[in-house]
Amino acid sequence: MQFWIIQGLNSLSLGGLLFLLSSGFSLIFGLMRVANLTHGAFFMLGTYFGATALRSWDGLNIWVTALGAGIAVAAIGGLFERLVLTRLKTNPLGQVLVTLGMSFIISDACLMLWGGDSIPVPTPQNLQSPTRVLGFVFPTYRLVLVVCAIGAAIVLYFLLERTRLGAMIRAGVDDRQMARAVGIPVSNLFTVVFCLGAGIAGAAGVLGGPILSAYPGLDADMLPLALIVVILGGIGSLLGAFVGSFIIGFIYTFGTALFPELAYIILFLPMIFVIAFRPQGLFGRLSA
Amino acid sequence: MKWIGVVLLAASFLLPPVFAGDFYVNLASQILIAAIFALSLNLLVGYGGMTSLGHASYLGVAAYISALLTSRYGFGHGLAAIISIAGTTGMAAFFGVVALRATGLGFLMITLAFSQVLWGLAYRMSNVTNGDNGIAGLTRPMPFGISLDSAVSFYWFALIVTVVALLMMTIFVSSSFGSSLKGVRDQPRRMAALGFNPWMIRWITFIYAGFWCGVSGLLYVYYNKYIHPTSLSITSSAEALLGVIAGGSGTLGGPVVGAALVLLLKNYASAYIERWNMLLGLVFLFIVLVMPTGIVPGLNRLARGLQGRPQ
Repeated sequence: MQFWIIQGLNSLSLGGLLFLLSSGFSLIFGLMRVANLTHGAFFMLGTYFGATALRSWDGLNIWVTALGAGIAVAAIGGLFERLVLTRLKTNPLGQVLVTLGMSFIISDACLMLWGGDSIPVPTPQNLQSPTRVLGFVFPTYRLVLVVCAIGAAIVLYFLLERTRLGAMIRAGVDDRQMARAVGIPVSNLFTVVFCLGAGIAGAAGVLGGPILSAYPGLDADMLPLALIVVILGGIGSLLGAFVGSFIIGFIYTFGTALFPELAYIILFLPMIFVIAFRPQGLFGRLSA
Repeated sequence: MKWIGVVLLAASFLLPPVFAGDFYVNLASQILIAAIFALSLNLLVGYGGMTSLGHASYLGVAAYISALLTSRYGFGHGLAAIISIAGTTGMAAFFGVVALRATGLGFLMITLAFSQVLWGLAYRMSNVTNGDNGIAGLTRPMPFGISLDSAVSFYWFALIVTVVALLMMTIFVSSSFGSSLKGVRDQPRRMAALGFNPWMIRWITFIYAGFWCGVSGLLYVYYNKYIHPTSLSITSSAEALLGVIAGGSGTLGGPVVGAALVLLLKNYASAYIERWNMLLGLVFLFIVLVMPTGIVPGLNRLARGLQGRPQ
C-alpha cells in the first residue's frame, strides 16, 4: 500500500515537472511548426543557472531564482530565434537542424563551464521538512511542485484564452496565413512565443533542480520526455500537454519502480499506440 | 567534367594502401564506413523526403547484435552477421510501420524518440549490453580464411563492401522504383492519384535504408572491435545527417563527400580541441544557413557555369 501511495505521489510530481517542461515545447510547435530540439538544453541551462545561484547565495528564494533563470533563458532563446530561426522561415527542416545544432552548442558549453560532475541543487529550507499524506511521509517540495504546475497551467490557460495576445496566438496556430491577412504580426508573435516557451523551460529547470540535480546529459534525458508528452497529448494543445504529462509521469515512475530495465520501452508504448490509432494526439487538432 | 570528378574520386580510394601509413589507411576505412551510413540515410532524406533523426539505431543495433552473439554466445561471424542484418532489417520494418504514420516533423520526432529508447536501453540494461563500459575484446571475421587484422586488408574488405553498397543503392534510385520514390517525395497526392501506394513505397525504402545501415554497423563493429552506447546516440545520428546535408542530399556522391568531411573534421579537430560537440553544432548552423543545398550540387553548378551552360 505504502509503495503505491508514495509512487503515486512521485508520479504526480514528475507529471507536474513534465508539464512545465513540455507546455512551452507544445506552444512553440503549435504556432511555429518548429520541433524545437533545443528545449532540453534550455531546461538544462535553467538547472545550471539555478544550481549556481542557489549555491552561491545562501537563503536565495528558489522562486526568484526560477524567475531570473527563466528570463535569462528566454533572452537566449529570443536571440536565437531572431538571429537564426527567422532566416529559415521557408525551410522547416533547416529550422529543426539548427535547433539541434544549438542544443549541441549549449550542452557542450555547459560541460565546459560546469564540468562533468553532477551538481546538486539545494531544496528550499522552509520546504525541507516532510509532509504527512494519509499517514505516509512525503517530501513537501515535490507536492509544492505539483501545485506549481497546476498554477502555471491556470496562468497559461488564461493567457491563451482570455487575453488579446492569447487570441492572436490561437489565431496563428489555427491558420497562420489568415492571421497575417487580418493584420496580426505573426513574425513578432513567433519571437514572443519562442521566448515564452524557452523561459518556461528555463524556470522549470530551476524548479526541477532539487529533484534531478544538474548533470551533463540532463538535456538528452528530458528532450525525449517532452517529445512523448507532446506527441501523446497533441501538438499545440495546452490541455493535451497537461494530461499527457501526468500520464507519462505515472507510466515512467511506475515503470521505473516495477521494471527498472524496461522503463524506457514501457514509456514509449502509449506513444506508439497513439500514433497508430490517433495520429493527432489525444487533444490535438493538428496531425504531426 | 563530371566524369573527371568521378574518376578522381575513385582513384583516391585506390591509393591509400599503396603509399600511406596505417594511420591514414585506418582513417580511410572509417570514411568508407561513414559513407555507407550516410548513403543509406540519404535514401530516406534525399530521395524519399523523410528526414530521420534516428538512423544511428540501425548501425548500433546491428553492431550490438553481432558483438553479443560472437562474444557471449559463441556464434561464428558468418551466422552472427546474417542474424544481425536480419534483425536490424526486421526492426526497420517495424519502426517504419509506426514512424510512417506521420510525415515531415512528426516522422522526425518519432524516429528520434525510437533512437533515444534504444540508446537508453543500451545504457540501462547493463546485464545484457554492459552499459557504459561497452562491449570490448571483439574480433574481426576471417572471410575465406583471410585475416582482416591488418589495416590494409581491412581497408580492401571495407572498400569492396562500399562499392557493392554504392552500386546497389545507385541501382535502387535509378530504377523505376527509384523514380516513383522521387515522385512520392515531390507530389505524394498526384502519385496516389496515379495509382501508386505512397506508404508502401516509403516503407520499402525505409527497410532498404535500414538494411544498408545495418551493413555499415557490422563494418563499424568489425573495425572498432568495440561497441559503446554512444554509437546509438543522437550525436551519432546527427553526424550522419550533417554529412548527408553538407555533401548534398539527393545525390549519390554528396553523402560520400560529406561523410568524409565530417569524419576528417572530427579527427583533426579532436587532436587540437576537446569541444567536438560544440564544433559539430556550429558546423550545423553554418551549413544550414550558408549552403543549404550542399557541396556537391554547389560544385556541379560551378562546373556547369564554367562550361557556359545555362544553370
